[in-house]
Amino acid sequence: MNEKPEKLIDKKGIRLDGRKADELRPLKLQVGVLSNADGSAYIEHGKNKILAAAFGPREMHPKHLAQPDRMVLRCRYHMAPFSVQERKSPAPSRREVELSKVIKESLEPALFLELYPRTGVDVFVEVLQADGGTRCAAITAAALAIADSGVPMKDLVVACAAGKVDDTVVVDLFDAEDKLGAADVPVACMPNLNAVTLLQMDGILSPDEFEKAVNMAMEGCKKIYAMQKEALKTKYMVVKEVEE
Amino acid sequence: MPTFFEEKQLVTPGELLAEGEYQAGENTYLESGKIFSARIGLVDCDNKKVNVVALRAFYAPKPGDIVIGSVIEVGFNGWTIDIKAPYTALLRASDVLNRPFKPQNDELNQVLDAGDLIVAKIASYDRAHDPQLTVGEPGLGKITRGQIMRVTPTKIPRVIGRKGSMISMIKQETGCQIILGLNGVVLVTGKNTADEDLAMAAIKKIEDESHTTGLTDRITQLLKDEKAKREENKN
Repeated sequence: MNEKPEKLIDKKGIRLDGRKADELRPLKLQVGVLSNADGSAYIEHGKNKILAAAFGPREMHPKHLAQPDRMVLRCRYHMAPFSVQERKSPAPSRREVELSKVIKESLEPALFLELYPRTGVDVFVEVLQADGGTRCAAITAAALAIADSGVPMKDLVVACAAGKVDDTVVVDLFDAEDKLGAADVPVACMPNLNAVTLLQMDGILSPDEFEKAVNMAMEGCKKIYAMQKEALKTKYMVVKEVEE
Repeated sequence: MPTFFEEKQLVTPGELLAEGEYQAGENTYLESGKIFSARIGLVDCDNKKVNVVALRAFYAPKPGDIVIGSVIEVGFNGWTIDIKAPYTALLRASDVLNRPFKPQNDELNQVLDAGDLIVAKIASYDRAHDPQLTVGEPGLGKITRGQIMRVTPTKIPRVIGRKGSMISMIKQETGCQIILGLNGVVLVTGKNTADEDLAMAAIKKIEDESHTTGLTDRITQLLKDEKAKREENKN
């Protein structure tokens, strides 16, 4: 993957990893994987492997960070040193600090912050293996972890990216497409409320392309949302089955 | 007016439950005339009120609730108590001593020390203040005997049963005293540890199978079987 391939998409419209333009990577979601966290989730999105854990609401420490009128959501996005080909320093990088903030802001609208003043909810996202689009996968997993911890939510938050590769707008970019492609548009949304909570763009797109990319990403979100709901229900299905 | 669920359906946060003349009950919220679920749980509709019985939740303090907590810290004029809620609770010295508290004569850690467990009632709680506890009623105060176990707070009503049928049955069969803290902490006090273990096993079973029907009968059976087994071992 060190040499740039001549074409990222071949004549038949097939991408480097064999997908079509509007095809997502295979997705696997699991809820309640960590017993020490109040809520947790694990996502495998293509080659991405990400763990998310949620704690709270609990008393804020340090105390001066508590807000008298609302709950505080804190997020930590962290990449394991072995998550990429070249060892990544375990110290938080500029990118990780930014992604932590972005993930926090995309999850906040889903919570009832005013319900439990002076408390805090902590979300930890640990990227075990990265292959492009980790922020989106991280948001999807973090939302599941919060729901699993029992914190009331307006809706689950789902994220999916779209972008431009070789003059074609495609959905769910993986590492090579992200690095060599022309643009990347990650979108997070709450599908049931029809609300977008995160919209970023990296690269250059024409207004038409941008609109197409956002629509494709939203389509992707809806597909992932169905799987997200399924994953959450699966953990509690056991309870249901005993009942019948 | 439409509803979008079947009774006892498993729902996730954000699922549309009802529209129109319905009322938003527990673990739901109302937005532009529509009722959505706010937690993972099972829906039920009671007299136009849509509720979600949460499968996963934490304890939210309410004045009047009986809770079981542990002392974390002995302070100047009271104790800080962990009640397994988003907030720590306060217990004032004057409330325990039943008279004005004088720092020069009273040694607070002689009354209650860090690590002690207490049964208490939530005297007051609102958004601006941490919950305040009281032990000024019969049955409340320091725990000296028995065993403690934790149950998911949402399942405490199931352990109590309809009009207390489940809990009084367990009490009767095992001869144990059981105090259910609404914060999910349960105190079981019996004549011996075997009785206590039996009562705790029954409560654990209720927690695991809380959404099944005919649970009371099965618990009765479990207790009877265990008792018979013990009789056999004796002989």
